[in-house]
Order: sequence, then structure tokens, then C-alpha cells
Amino acid sequence: MKVLAAVKRVVDYNVKVRVKADGSGVDLANVKMAMNPFCEIAVEEAVRLKEQGIASEVVVVSVGSTGAQEQLRTALALGADRAILVETDDGLGSLAVAKLLKAVVDKEQPQLVILGKQAIDSDNNQTGQMLAALSGYGQGTFASHVEIREGKVTVTREIDGGAQTVSLRLPAIVTTDLRLNEPRYASLPNIMKAKKKPLETVTPQALGVSITSTCKTVSVQAPAARSAGIKVKSVAELVEKLKNEAKVI
Amino acid sequence: MTILVIAEHNNSLLAPVTLNTVAAATRIGHDIHVLVAGQGAGAVTQAAASIPGVSKVLVADNAAYAHQLPENIAPLVASLVIEQHSIYSHVLAAATSNGKNILPRVAAQLDVDQISEIISVQSPDTFKRPIYAGNAIATVQSDAAVKVITVRATGFDPVAAEGGAAIVEPVETVCNAGTSSFVDEVLAKSDRPDLSAAKIVVSGGRGMQNGDNFKHLYALADKLGAGVGASRAAVDAGFVANDMQVGQTGKIVAPALYIAVGISGAIQHLAGMKDSKVIVAINKDEEAPIFQVADYGLVADLFEAVPELERLV
Repeated sequence: MKVLAAVKRVVDYNVKVRVKADGSGVDLANVKMAMNPFCEIAVEEAVRLKEQGIASEVVVVSVGSTGAQEQLRTALALGADRAILVETDDGLGSLAVAKLLKAVVDKEQPQLVILGKQAIDSDNNQTGQMLAALSGYGQGTFASHVEIREGKVTVTREIDGGAQTVSLRLPAIVTTDLRLNEPRYASLPNIMKAKKKPLETVTPQALGVSITSTCKTVSVQAPAARSAGIKVKSVAELVEKLKNEAKVI
Repeated sequence: MTILVIAEHNNSLLAPVTLNTVAAATRIGHDIHVLVAGQGAGAVTQAAASIPGVSKVLVADNAAYAHQLPENIAPLVASLVIEQHSIYSHVLAAATSNGKNILPRVAAQLDVDQISEIISVQSPDTFKRPIYAGNAIATVQSDAAVKVITVRATGFDPVAAEGGAAIVEPVETVCNAGTSSFVDEVLAKSDRPDLSAAKIVVSGGRGMQNGDNFKHLYALADKLGAGVGASRAAVDAGFVANDMQVGQTGKIVAPALYIAVGISGAIQHLAGMKDSKVIVAINKDEEAPIFQVADYGLVADLFEAVPELERLV
């Protein structure tokens, strides 16, 4: 069966972003970009399914600017077979991305689509669920374990109170949580090989998808800063401060 | 303008976070309905009907809704919005693992964008929400006919649980997509307060070294009546279960007192706790970034400091 994994190009997770002075957004000039960490886990899971002989082909897809080719090449180096870039401006809303992915799903007909649960830039946590809705597929979000057997996927999900397991009829959508797997590093030979793997570019127009949004960002501000307090010298002093100054215990 | 709030519950108890979601709804408008979709959730329905400010509780009682499967609940919510002759201007749910699972599916079915994890209401169509792990706050405006929104509980003080008398109305619509089924659930059992509701939270990080050492934090927490959390590093290392993770992609907490023990303070962790009223950091590395947000920092070996703290509080 074919597995599709979606990846997003985002600010590297180690970067502490700065808000632009004019409030129009965050400053992304000369900032290190990387594959969204949850998407790395999605690619890893897809590649493992291929290594286990469950998946026959792993296709990776990204929706974004030309720069996202870099993240697609990384995914190819990690073991994906071919890549598709839906070339658009960056910063599309989750619904538009889900519609574009739906068009790719219609064309590719994968049995399983794996996405990260959340991108660490917009922090939306929507795209996988929306793709599932548009496709009419079942969804296993926040997955910590995935098992495929007899036309079904069993997904263990990280939920607020613990863990929940659901069974979904294939085709289905899975979104990854942190504990699903530990992504590998790409080896140098695989990075070289990835350069020769096919990477196709399509446009939203060619897919027949409108990317208009019902939502716009009016402004972006820095959060209220929290200033560092004081250092206490001993546990006794700490307890005294908490009781008499902060009055929280 | 009527606001539909999806109740968060487990068929027997209405989760307190629903009260925070209703609080957000009251900032938007005055006519508030609550949907209780579940099975045999009579007590939940009663609790929802008692929330002041709620005028109507819709009850969808069916086996298909027993486990909150989004494949069944989302079409139910979408059908309510469509069938109620567009009386609903907003659909709200708590930004819990359940709300996050269901609501984007509702938004996609209604062909509107969702606004995730709002922390304030500027006007009925304009909201503030954190992005980039809380390092920026976006003000977003929606022109959708129905605004679909998840609410971050820490942004809104809960409304009272008692005092209302809403009318209760059954919903006959049964949506059973047949694409998914519930297998089982393993819920952490703890006598300690729930992390997201606790007034005091004690959290441990990589510095705890192993899961067994968390006993020091449990002892301190029990003395303080606190909930116990953890950093991602501690969860990834297998010290404790995932439901204890505080951070950008885990639980967001804002207690009166947050005690971070052996936590360095990665931005992803800070995103989950920096709105706490008072932050205490105990770490032996005086350069740890956690000290930059802590009101009270103690540079010390946690294995000496925590037991001493437990004795003194």
C-alpha cells in the first residue's frame, strides 16, 4: 500500500522568534528553517512501514514556497521514494492546506496519510483533522503507536487523561505525537541519493483548489514579558518568601 | 447571535474546563447553548443546565457518541449548525485533546477556518491567540458565517457551576460514520489534583534522573495539595507518563504557584507554564533559562532542596 506523509517547513525549533516592530508578523529573515519536528516523526513512521514491508511506496508532500524543496529533500534522504511540492505562498491557513492535500490524496490514492499533529509556527493543530473531514476518512490524532492489520489501522492516542486506542478502516489519517518514534538522521550517502529522487511541483490552480481564507491576522505582538525575579539563598528563605511575600502557600 | 459550546465530559462528569469555555462565550454574546453529545450522560446534562448564562442544553444521546469519536460527533455538530437555520454564529470547544480532535473536523465540514486556542475575545469576530510557542500573540479576525474556535482555559476564569436553569432539548440526529471504532482507554489514576485545574503544580525535568526519583515530587505535592507535571525531556526519557507533560504541545497550565524542579526551561516548556502567577525554579545550573522567568530561583541540588522544602512547608 501507498503511504503519504505531509511535511511543513518551519522555523527551527531552537530559534526564539522576534516579533517585527510594525506588528505585521514575526521576523523570519536569516532565521534557520527546518522540517517541523512532528512532520519528521510522520516521515519516520512512513519509512518504518516501508521497511516492515507494509508500505510499498512512501510519497512526501509539502505545501509552501520553493524553499520547502529543502525539507522534501530531507524527507527523501530519510527514506521517502518521491516528493510533491504544492507551490504556494507561505502562511496558508490550515483549511487551505487541507484542501490542497485532499486534492493530492485524490490523485495519489494512499491508504494511509501521516501528518504531524501541529506545526510549531502557527500552533494550529488542525490540518490532519480537516483533511480527514474533507476525505471522509477516520482519524487517529496524537498517535503514540500505529499498527496496520487486515485493512485497518489501530492507533494509540495520547489524550489528556492517558491513552486511548481506536481502530480505523483504511484509508485513514494519522497525526503524530512526540512518542510515536525517534526520527533517524539522514546519512551522507542517502542525502546524495535523495538528490536524484523525483520531486514534482504542482500549483493550487492545477489542482483546482481555491486557497481563500475566512480568517486574517490583524497584528502580531510580543507577549507580555516576564521579568526574572530574585535568587533565594536557601530553602528556608524560599518558604518564607512564598508564605509572606507571594502568599501562595 | 447564538453561541454553541461543546461540553467536555466523560458521560458521568462535566469537565470543569467547560466552565472556562462558557466564560469565553459570555465575552462574545449572551445567548449560549451547550451540546452534550454522549451516552447516558444525564448527570452531565444536569450540570450543563445549571451553568448560569446557558439558555439551552442540547442532548444527543447515542452509542455512536459514547467515546467522542470525531467521525461521529463532528457531523452532528455541523448538522446542528446547518439545520438550526443558521442561528449559531460561533461554535466553541475547550482546547483539550478532545476539543482539538473534534473541532477542526467541524470547521472543515462547514468550510470555514478554525481559530485555535484563543486567550482573549476582542470583539465577536476578533480574538487573540498565541503562536510560535507563545513567543508571539496574533490578533486574528474572522469573516466566516460561523466562527469555529477552541478556547485555552487558562485565558478565561471559569463561570460559576451553579445557579442557572437552562431548558433541555433532545437531539435526534444520529451520525455514525462507521469509519472508526473505540478499542480501549488507559486513564492515569491519581488522587492528586488534575494538572490543568490544580492551584499549585510541581513539575520535574531531566534533572530528576529517573522515574523513581519523582517520589520526592509526589511527597512535596501531597503536602501542598499540588498536581504533578513534567517537562518533555522527562516524559521522553520514560520517567513519567505523557499525560503529565507541560508545554507547547502538552498541557498548558497557569496555577497560582508553579515549582519547576530540575527543568532547564526550553521555550517549548515555558510556553506551557509562563502564565503561572508565581514561578519557583530549583536547579543546580545557575545559567538555566528557567531562572529568567522565575520569581524565586534557588540554585541547589534538588535531591537536598526538595526533601527540605517538603519538611518546611
